[in-house]
Amino acid sequence: MNGPFDFALALGDDALVTAQRLAEWTTRAPEMEEDIALANIALDQLGAARLLLSYAGELEGAGRDEDALAYLRDDREFRNALLVELPNGDFAVTMAKLFFLAAYQLPLYTALAGCADERLAAIGAKARKESAYHLDHGALWVKRLGDGTEESHRRMQAAVDAVWPYTHELFAADPAAPVDPATLRPAFDETVGSVLAEATLTRPESGWAPAGGRAGVHTEHLAYLLAEMQVLHRAHPGAKW
Amino acid sequence: MVSAREAAASVVDPEIRVITIDELGILRAVEEDSTTGRVTVTITPTYTGCPAMDVIRTDIRRALAVAGHLDAEVRTVYSPPWSTDWISESGRAKLVAAGIAPPAPVPTAGVVPLTLAVRCPQCGSPETEQVSRFGSTACKALWRCRSCSEPFDHLKAL
Repeated sequence: MNGPFDFALALGDDALVTAQRLAEWTTRAPEMEEDIALANIALDQLGAARLLLSYAGELEGAGRDEDALAYLRDDREFRNALLVELPNGDFAVTMAKLFFLAAYQLPLYTALAGCADERLAAIGAKARKESAYHLDHGALWVKRLGDGTEESHRRMQAAVDAVWPYTHELFAADPAAPVDPATLRPAFDETVGSVLAEATLTRPESGWAPAGGRAGVHTEHLAYLLAEMQVLHRAHPGAKW
Repeated sequence: MVSAREAAASVVDPEIRVITIDELGILRAVEEDSTTGRVTVTITPTYTGCPAMDVIRTDIRRALAVAGHLDAEVRTVYSPPWSTDWISESGRAKLVAAGIAPPAPVPTAGVVPLTLAVRCPQCGSPETEQVSRFGSTACKALWRCRSCSEPFDHLKAL
């Protein structure tokens, strides 16, 4: 990432891929209320993605709108962090992903709300409120499962351990960006520390830190996700309904 | 002729059809160019992903056309972000009448969050509980009354 275009694209891709992953839970969540909750969070992420990708398209000035950016790029052109493209796994893995993402997005959007770029500031101020709600929801489940039964604790800890290495990529320093992601790490660490402690979970040691998403080098999971997300648009170019 | 302001303000929210977009606080401005007669309406979404925005835009243009304002543009702005504090008093009363508990005032930064009782819109009892933090639309949560046992929607404070 460096310029505002890459920055808006990366943030938009994070939100878009998150929305697509969460939507996979629709009709499959463990209870109806959770089904509705995940679909609602997916909708919020999609809303943020539309604003960010529309703006990215304008910054690029090459005539690409939100749809062109969402549906007509291949995996190597996507700039989302690897965290959001990982498969949903069991419910604990999904909640670990959601919790870590929200603990990053909330300070990110809050910082964005005060940045010099007027459009990004407006998007940040809007998305920040929704992000706070996502964080509440993710943290609630991490605590409920972590401090629940022996089995729920075991699976929540396993999920946190599996997902943790992928959080580091979110905070790769980029001093030229409208908000340097490295500056968000203290707020993230504070949130994660207090929630995991309350959930009786152990914060994993940091070591292996897979990355590459911001440069377009993804896991094999993203191409499958995009194939499903893009098939209709690509099969019927320019179709309107 | 009905003024452009009155016409736009009469449009009801497509998801909560008892309340107008003006009462909901998403109608931000209606400006009419006195020489050309061109009307510019400014709206803001409740949530970024609100799927009702396209319908609202269409409904505004239709209401303006019926009132004789054929040259109209609907703009969408995101700043300042919508807050449930913008819902008018008459809007709140209509929500209650429709069985939807209105939102509490949005807590300001620095104030210790205090969970306020949500009153049952059916029987008025404060003995209520949250069933789900999310509901039938992006702006609502699902609650239940422990006194009369009725489930009800609650507009989330945002």
